[in-house]
Amino acid sequence: MDSTVTDLPEAEFQALVDADSRIEPRDWMPDDYRRSLVRQIAQHAHSEIIGMQPEGNWITRAPSLRRKAILMAKVQDEAGHGMYLYAAAETLGVSRDELLDLLHAGKQKYSSIFNYPTLIWADMGAIGWLVDGAAITNQVPLCRCSYGPYARAMVRICKEESFHQRQGYESLLTLSRGTPEQKAMAQDALDRWWYPSLAMFGPPDAESTHTSKSMAWGIKRFSNDELRQKFVDMTVPQSEVLALTIPDPELRWNAERGHYDFTAPDWDELRRVISGDGPCNRQRMEHRVRAHNEGAWVREAAAAFAAKRTTGSRAAA
Amino acid sequence: MNAEPLWEVFVRSRRGLSHIHVGSLHAPDAEMALRNARDVYTRRQEGVSIWVVPAASITASSPDEKDSFFDPAGDKVYRHPTFYDIPDEVRHL
Repeated sequence: MDSTVTDLPEAEFQALVDADSRIEPRDWMPDDYRRSLVRQIAQHAHSEIIGMQPEGNWITRAPSLRRKAILMAKVQDEAGHGMYLYAAAETLGVSRDELLDLLHAGKQKYSSIFNYPTLIWADMGAIGWLVDGAAITNQVPLCRCSYGPYARAMVRICKEESFHQRQGYESLLTLSRGTPEQKAMAQDALDRWWYPSLAMFGPPDAESTHTSKSMAWGIKRFSNDELRQKFVDMTVPQSEVLALTIPDPELRWNAERGHYDFTAPDWDELRRVISGDGPCNRQRMEHRVRAHNEGAWVREAAAAFAAKRTTGSRAAA
Repeated sequence: MNAEPLWEVFVRSRRGLSHIHVGSLHAPDAEMALRNARDVYTRRQEGVSIWVVPAASITASSPDEKDSFFDPAGDKVYRHPTFYDIPDEVRHL
């Protein structure tokens, strides 16, 4: 039989990826591709869910009803984003319960940024502007990711994230244009969130373990360092309108490169936080596990009610 | 505890349009699936009507036989209006 190269499933898979087409759940895919996607999508979903905590911390203490309603809507969005992403991961053959168990056992990670504390109200503004801004920079290219369900989830998420970033910037601008004390709060928040936000793009390219394969598979389209540079270039002019100072004495425009030069985050700190030794790692996980366990009766009651109705309607028929 | 069943969610974004698949979710029963779908997929007035369908009830064509399954339509270009040569002066056709 005349067997051409394109008859091989792997070649067909790579041809689809190279043609910028999409891989769908029931298509053949390399095991490594599947594993890599499960790891990345699950980590992304966990980040959305854990990411509700630092901001949830300030809902009851928001300075006005307007800010409170906005903050609640944002935290609800994060829950929704977690749901889109868990559903995308499940199309790869893992169950929701498995993913939650792995998170609770510390075997899957979430973004290290959420292991930093939210000490003052201005942190809500800085998180929206910088953390969501960095997330958007990371996520926009993922809307064209080779795996269909992940790309579709990212399209929804990116549409919604834009509000997150703008509300944060507006909140920080209000503080910055307020009393000297309020402006000092805004500056304090920027001082603490700047470097952790830069670290959100992951280790430098030379040390990034997943980059090259993810690029070949169309999961990733830009390297960590490229995205970090893009974020800095966008953010510096925004900080000027805020009249706040980015805490980096080396930050300056490099006309030759056409980019800002900046100081890299402390990679040792990033490694420490990822490996569990950040300011809030234990607190975040404890809260997550407690919320899950304390919600067990709700899940059980809903299941019992559904079961009763099924048997009830059978008895009636 | 058994995992809650998976539901596929379809949303009609406005009157006059079809329901379109937007994603999936878990819920113990149809009523909860509808409520969850409202919260997960229509937080910004994305819909005026929602369908939820148990994922297990969907029968799908297999990607393995996609060539043979869809082949019959492949060589029937005469099903398209552009297949036919009509003189330019003929109007409304």
